[in-house]
Amino acid sequence: MPSSIRLSVKRQDTPTSSPYWEEYEIPYQPRQNVISVLMEIAKDPKTRAGKATSPVVYDRACLEEVCGSCAMRINGVARMACTALIDSLEQPIRLEPMAKFPVQRDLSVDRQVMFDSLKRIKGWIPIDGTYDLGPGPRMPEPERQQAYEYSKCITCGNCLDVCPQVNGRSNFIGAAPIAQARLFNSHPTGAMNAGERLEALMAEGGVDDCGNAQNCVRACPKSIPLTTAIAEMYRATTRYGIKKLFGT
Amino acid sequence: MANERIVVVGGGLAGLMTAVRAAELGVSVDLFSIVPVKRSHSVCAQGGINGAVNTKGEGDSTAIHFDDTVYGGDFLADQPPVKAMCDAAPGIINLLDRMGVMFNRTPEGLLDFRRFGGTKFHRTAFAGATTGQQLLYALDEQCRRYEVSGLVRKYEAWEFLGLVRDVDGNCRGITALDWYSMKIESFPASAVMLATGGPGIVFGRSTNSVINTGTAASAAYQDGAHYANGEFIQVHPTSIPGTDKLRLMSESARGEGGRVWVPRTQGDTRDPKSIPEGERWYFLEEKYPAYGNLVPRDIATREIFQVCLQGYGLGGRREVYLDLTHIPRKELDTKLGGILEIYEKFVGDDPREVPMKVFPGMHYSMGGLWVQFGKNESTGALDETSSKNQSTNVPGLFASGEVDFSIHGANRLGANSLVSCLYAGKIGGPAMVRYGRETSSKLPAADGAFTEAKKRWDAEFARLANVSGPENPHVLAQEMGDWMTDNVTVVRENGKLKETETKLQELEERWKNVGLTDRSGYANREISFINQLRNMLVIARVMTRGALMRDESRGAHFKVRDLSKGVTEENALPRDDANFLKTTIAEHSADGPKISYAAVDTSLIEPRARKY
Ligand SMILES: Cc1cc2nc3c(=O)[nH]c(=O)nc-3n(C[C@H](O)[C@H](O)[C@H](O)COP(=O)(O)OP(=O)(O)OC[C@H]3O[C@@H](n4cnc5c(N)ncnc54)[C@H](O)[C@@H]3O)c2cc1C
Ligand code: FES
Repeated sequence: MPSSIRLSVKRQDTPTSSPYWEEYEIPYQPRQNVISVLMEIAKDPKTRAGKATSPVVYDRACLEEVCGSCAMRINGVARMACTALIDSLEQPIRLEPMAKFPVQRDLSVDRQVMFDSLKRIKGWIPIDGTYDLGPGPRMPEPERQQAYEYSKCITCGNCLDVCPQVNGRSNFIGAAPIAQARLFNSHPTGAMNAGERLEALMAEGGVDDCGNAQNCVRACPKSIPLTTAIAEMYRATTRYGIKKLFGT
Repeated sequence: MANERIVVVGGGLAGLMTAVRAAELGVSVDLFSIVPVKRSHSVCAQGGINGAVNTKGEGDSTAIHFDDTVYGGDFLADQPPVKAMCDAAPGIINLLDRMGVMFNRTPEGLLDFRRFGGTKFHRTAFAGATTGQQLLYALDEQCRRYEVSGLVRKYEAWEFLGLVRDVDGNCRGITALDWYSMKIESFPASAVMLATGGPGIVFGRSTNSVINTGTAASAAYQDGAHYANGEFIQVHPTSIPGTDKLRLMSESARGEGGRVWVPRTQGDTRDPKSIPEGERWYFLEEKYPAYGNLVPRDIATREIFQVCLQGYGLGGRREVYLDLTHIPRKELDTKLGGILEIYEKFVGDDPREVPMKVFPGMHYSMGGLWVQFGKNESTGALDETSSKNQSTNVPGLFASGEVDFSIHGANRLGANSLVSCLYAGKIGGPAMVRYGRETSSKLPAADGAFTEAKKRWDAEFARLANVSGPENPHVLAQEMGDWMTDNVTVVRENGKLKETETKLQELEERWKNVGLTDRSGYANREISFINQLRNMLVIARVMTRGALMRDESRGAHFKVRDLSKGVTEENALPRDDANFLKTTIAEHSADGPKISYAAVDTSLIEPRARKY
């Protein structure tokens, strides 16, 4: 058992300033995770060399991997910090912000693009209103179970961070929103507007830009079958395109 | 009505429902949240949402749901809103279903329902074990639709700091802080909704998200809003102890057949699977044959606490078994997958194979901002068209969701919170719109109030940016949390409550000597936390004073004469309807909370003894 926990954090003071690394060391305690260690450091923020510093800035809320806030690169891998258990990580543990999103400060990044993508694909069921209009459409339970997998997406951004197609030169929408289009198109009411979502996925930066690296599905903390969704949406857009071409 | 604009603070279920309902009426909404709304705490809710649909032929009805809720809350809730909520609940579940929530289904393709605590019926709709996440997303999606159409404008990563009140005391808007640029601005509104959730972090570690500091409610309280029933804090019977958080093990685990037990022999260290049935003590099933493991939370919590005090905790520790291992794997995966994964990820054991180890953890606040409702005087029912609904004592300020005190009385039943949040938003949004229309031509000019409010907060944050005392805010917060957890949760005793009051005052003094380690002018979360900490200390005093003054036991408030004699009925003060069938109302003053009591509306169900 190690006697201490060592962290190395890539920090950045503002969106435009240059990054720098800082090291910290705190006494070992069993069953810690990356967030609980960052919380501990904030109680007396100083570097390993003993120099006073400021607490590391990062995003977190639920601490149980359901809010999607705390995604970062841990020992080089994009994942959720709250479920990154110290006992299973090689030390010193290296923390960096995700690289595909603009850094705000330290480990906190701006993921607004992900919410904007949900607008792009019209990620909602267009209900008539909130008035009491009776029950929704029936759905077979096996289909529901499949769809449920996609509704667990926490918009963390890991799938974008690991995707080689998401880079400064492309505007590939990424796996998460494609899977959301799959979710809404499979809902009986959502299916009524399936075409609109498919058109969004056929536009520039859509499903065609997937390079099939399959990193996304491995990086997803919720084990969502992202590549299955991409393949399905790819086929659906092709079918839709042909249909549209021949006007049938 | 060209520029009707309301402010909604909070993008959990209550806030999003408010925003959607107001936008649907064509009113513009400014929506504020410290985190992107999709990351709000509502996402954590696991088990489900109640609505009496009687699809299992058990004879359930909204009237029984109403009675279960009032009885479960030990008669402390004003009854007309409870009845209205229970009547609306099946419709709310239908609405969510139409919004696309992937609720579990029966073989016929209809919504499936499970059992939860405090009822004998299958009344809880669920989407796996991530119901809150699914519900929040559905509302988030509807809200995004209005964002695209231009009616909703989001201010995410903005923190509410305080109210803007005009010369007559009307709430005319809010002041908020941009979490990145650290800029402070005031925003006008024809009405303001606070839907800022619960105060779990006042207790240090709880089942809540770490953003649930109660800071917004406390700020509104300090700006004149009344806080009601603050002493009623729900401690959930089953959470997974952790150093950063007490992760919830949802009641749905027991709803699906989970059993709570300890070995009959104290200090028995055998592998749980090798302990024969006869040597296990299923103490809840033994003591409460009718409800078994599904007695209401306050009762289950006290029983687990007492069993551990008597030395039956696992290995002498404060832990008991919650056992699912007798249920088939496949069934567990489709119905409880999400929560079993949490246990597996954080503890490392597979709960399908090994009984889980759990202990009670702070979970929910029944108390909150005092709100009223419009009453139809001829029928006695809640009037859904009234602009009074969900309004606080400050004109123009509304509250809904966990931050308001209504519905749950002295103890909340499982799966009743999500429905209460949605119901509050459902009636609250239209009430705000109506209020705005009723008052728009009558209110005084408020320009001065906005400049004043901004000036006040600019000055306060400029001051905080320079504090350099020896106290670390996170250390103070931890002390507050430890004291509150030890003395203001499962068992209360007057001596301890007095000591806690003194301690909180000491912490308030030490807060004045707090020092900043972060001098940055960009995304400085420490400054914001120091401000939140003061707000938490203020609300902690409200809870403690309320508990001290309430000399009875009721629901989650369990007061004993002598702490050393255990958590037993004999040692407890009895419920005292003559003196305390009353809502506690706290009003802020410079020297702590001023407490008064208001009558509870028990016009529909006669209070009776609560025995399970
Ligand atoms: C682990 C867990 C499981 C649960 N399971 C269930 C269940 O199965 N069934 C059930 O009925 N209930 C359950 N509950 C209770 C239920 O989840 C909550 O009571 C409910 O979600 C609260 O919703 P809300 O809209 O009031 O607040 P929240 O969802 O907490 O939202 C609060 C919002 O306010 C914002 N906010 C807060 N302060 C500020 C500020 N100062 N400035 C700006 N914005 C601010 C936040 O960003 C957030 O958007 C559970 C609770 C927990 C802790
Ligand atoms: S803090 Fe919510 S996912 Fe990690």
